[in-house]
Amino acid sequence: MTAVEDRPDTEIGKATLRKEDARLVTGQTRWTDNIVLPGMLHASLLRSPMAHARITSIDTSAATERPGVIAVFTGAELAESYGALPCAWPVTPDMVNPPHMALATDEVRYVGDGVAVVVARDRASAVDALEYIDVTYEPLEAVVDLEAAAQPGAPTAHSQLDSNISYTWPFAGGSAIEEAIEGAAHVVHRRFVNQRLIPAAIEPRAVVVDPQAASGEVTVWSATQVPHILRLMLALTLSIPEQKVRVIAPDVGGGFGSKLNVYAEEVLLTALAMKMGRPIKWTATRSEDMQATVHGRDQVQQITIAADADGRIRGLKVELLADMGAYLQLVSPGVPLLGAFMYPAIYKMDAYSFECRGVFTNKTPTDAYRGAGRPEATFAIERIIDELAAEIGMEPMELRKRNWITHEEFPYEMVAGLTYDSGNYEAATARAMELFDYDGLRAEQQRRREQGDPVQLGIGISTFTEMCGLAPSRVLGSLSYGAGGWEAATVRMLPTGKVEVVTGTSPHGQGHVTAWSQIASDYLGVPFDDIDVLHGDTKVSPMGLDTYGSRSLVVGGIALKRACDKVVEKAKKFAAHMLEASEDDIEFNAGSYSVKGDPEKSTTIQDIALAVFAGHDYPEGVELDLTANMVFDPENFSYPHGTHLCATEVDTETGRVTITRYVCVDDIGNVVNPMIVEGQVHGGLAQGIAQAMWEGVEYDDAGNLLTGTFIDYTLPTAVDMPHFTTDRTETPATSNDLGVKGVGEAGTIASTPAVVNSVVDALRPMGVTDVLMPMTPRNVWAALSAARSAGEGSTTMASEDSARPEGGQQ
Amino acid sequence: MAKISVSVDGTTYSDEVEPRTLFVHYLRETLGLTGTNVGCDTSNCGACTVLVDGRSVKSCTMLAVQADGAEVTTVQGLANGEWTPVQRAFHEKHGLQCGYCTPGMICAATSLLRQNPTPTEDEIRHGLEGNLCRCTGYQNIVAAVAQAAEEMQGATS
Repeated sequence: MTAVEDRPDTEIGKATLRKEDARLVTGQTRWTDNIVLPGMLHASLLRSPMAHARITSIDTSAATERPGVIAVFTGAELAESYGALPCAWPVTPDMVNPPHMALATDEVRYVGDGVAVVVARDRASAVDALEYIDVTYEPLEAVVDLEAAAQPGAPTAHSQLDSNISYTWPFAGGSAIEEAIEGAAHVVHRRFVNQRLIPAAIEPRAVVVDPQAASGEVTVWSATQVPHILRLMLALTLSIPEQKVRVIAPDVGGGFGSKLNVYAEEVLLTALAMKMGRPIKWTATRSEDMQATVHGRDQVQQITIAADADGRIRGLKVELLADMGAYLQLVSPGVPLLGAFMYPAIYKMDAYSFECRGVFTNKTPTDAYRGAGRPEATFAIERIIDELAAEIGMEPMELRKRNWITHEEFPYEMVAGLTYDSGNYEAATARAMELFDYDGLRAEQQRRREQGDPVQLGIGISTFTEMCGLAPSRVLGSLSYGAGGWEAATVRMLPTGKVEVVTGTSPHGQGHVTAWSQIASDYLGVPFDDIDVLHGDTKVSPMGLDTYGSRSLVVGGIALKRACDKVVEKAKKFAAHMLEASEDDIEFNAGSYSVKGDPEKSTTIQDIALAVFAGHDYPEGVELDLTANMVFDPENFSYPHGTHLCATEVDTETGRVTITRYVCVDDIGNVVNPMIVEGQVHGGLAQGIAQAMWEGVEYDDAGNLLTGTFIDYTLPTAVDMPHFTTDRTETPATSNDLGVKGVGEAGTIASTPAVVNSVVDALRPMGVTDVLMPMTPRNVWAALSAARSAGEGSTTMASEDSARPEGGQQ
Repeated sequence: MAKISVSVDGTTYSDEVEPRTLFVHYLRETLGLTGTNVGCDTSNCGACTVLVDGRSVKSCTMLAVQADGAEVTTVQGLANGEWTPVQRAFHEKHGLQCGYCTPGMICAATSLLRQNPTPTEDEIRHGLEGNLCRCTGYQNIVAAVAQAAEEMQGATS
């Protein structure tokens, strides 16, 4: 019906420039912090300076007297105003989830935990008054180290609990894994540290709430990725009838998972605004954002791989500790589970087992950060494949080829239970190796090794895959997630032939307005410029599950395509009537309806839209409307894959690492807009490489965040980033109408192990088998000295004591 | 309070300001020029970069009182009927995604090209070192600045 193949010129596949850019390059933006409402008040939060303490008293009287201050509230005073913040993913029936209130009531559990709030006429007055709130804290022992916190009898992050274990989630491996390990010729075990990161979207979080007392309605603007989820959760948490809550995500300046949440300030400001009957704004400072917006990663991975003498993988065993921080945020406990299915990656094996323990500490809560669980899994498997190759004495790419699923074997049911629909690891790898000059660099590496060059060359590989496009609702149900994974779209033909597309996805930089226009243009046969895409406002787009998990195109895009199909089908009845032909004889092509065998008799979808609007002459029994709604629930995840190759020069005297070449060939199936795709890959690479090279959260033993500003937490600059060489192979997904796979997270998931493998590869002749991330000169140097002091001929791991991860660039 | 007079995007404003007011807050809150963004509190991110007397300045690093008598251009005042080559190049090279760093990035790039009309890739990267972007990995930003440089050279030669 929608014969794209027959059309001479299609939008899908073209590097069409973005519609979004015009306002962004001219500053005509509407970020949440830009919003000013009549009578608007400003809130500022007093946050705990202690990681763990009992609040013994709070005196707010002096603050209340300060100029401009309207009101001051403590957590205890507001405790009845809202319910606990929601965690939507109770991964086990017995998961421990202590109440997480928007402001702490009697005990603070991380530095940054809210204690009191000042509401004032202007922001400066609110901030000034914080200093006049007098809080007395009785310090409690701060639980900081993840592995120590998981020990039986450890001090607890919540004084009312007797353990820090929130949950233990096993993935049944049975006895097969132990048998595989026992019978294997080669067994390699490693402990990998996947350090804590700060997502750091450049727009700090902000919330504006406008209550309408007379009607009981409330409008909430928030710098969020998830306006629909937020609306539902605000209704539940604050007991507001859902139809009275409107959430708007205006322009949102990046998210990377960190704005996929329901935050204390969103609940608090809504409660305050409704209580006080005035609009209220809160905008995070950067330092506040770094304390009070979720962090990512923070896992310790114990991983064991077993293989035959010829390198065939027999089994993989993973035992994970995942740091939840002080509380469970929206999907905190589920993040490691998204990794649980990905450790086997692209490799065939007989046995697999996984167990994760979620652990409380007195640190900022962790939750989704670009990749969410899958970067950690990919890091561990791609690292240990290199370690296994070294153990066996096999070239690491050869080991991968020996074990990966070949392209003839798809669809392939993995040991972890997923069915990968399509892929071609051979093609992506061949292309990447060619672009990289793999053999040439290996020769250069050999030359430097033989010459004892102080600057060694390393080659790192990551042949990744991931599961994304979250998600089939039934699968989410089986994992105890509190919602589904469907997505909604509406397509409306307007009387003038223009089109409104309404999407439930909520873009914050991804270019949906452009890409969705391209899809609608092709499937409706309407010019690209005649299409507008509406999103991010629950009154305009009432149904949706928002943007995260590389889901927008592979779920929301399919909903859109099918809504277009429905509109085309609806219009066909009108076309038949107008052309005085049987519906069976009507053909649709590129926006035009014609009668089979009589191409002169034709009309357009735009003309039909006007005729439907007028309603003067239409077939009996047909609804006068050219609007279609569609909800699409995917049957499977999508499985992008690719081969990433990284060359580094490592100065063995100083530990300095320089990335000299980075090549990646990704396969994300069919592509709607290659320019946007490449941008997503670049940005993903930057964040994954940054984990390997520069970023890492540091706390001191008392639980103080030492990397709490952009001075201490070093996001890469244009100078740090290498130039990337990117290319694609295209193996269409077979699980959706467009043949597309997700791309938002792929670069981040893939790149981290490529960089670390490269540095370890450079230093392996010196006995180094691991370097802690971020690979600052100090961490590299520490790994080198630990290896040297371990003595000639033997190898050693860089010990944690001698190589503490360093947050800063040196 | 102190009295200042400052020209911003071609309009002269006279205001009483608190001496502690940062210039970026004056732009956003007093003048309502919200095209210029705040991304940090340590002058690292550069989102608030504007042109003060033609040179790029992080507007969080100066007080409003220091802008007295200055001629300031923000991202909202760059285009004169049509976009500048830098704005156009950011669009054409996909040098932005969420767009939050973009106003500062475009102002910094504009200033860079005034000082060095023919920068190498390395010089572009160093010239933009004070501006953080979390979305693009910088590659397309660098390409955009290179394109703008080329176009501006073509226009002047």
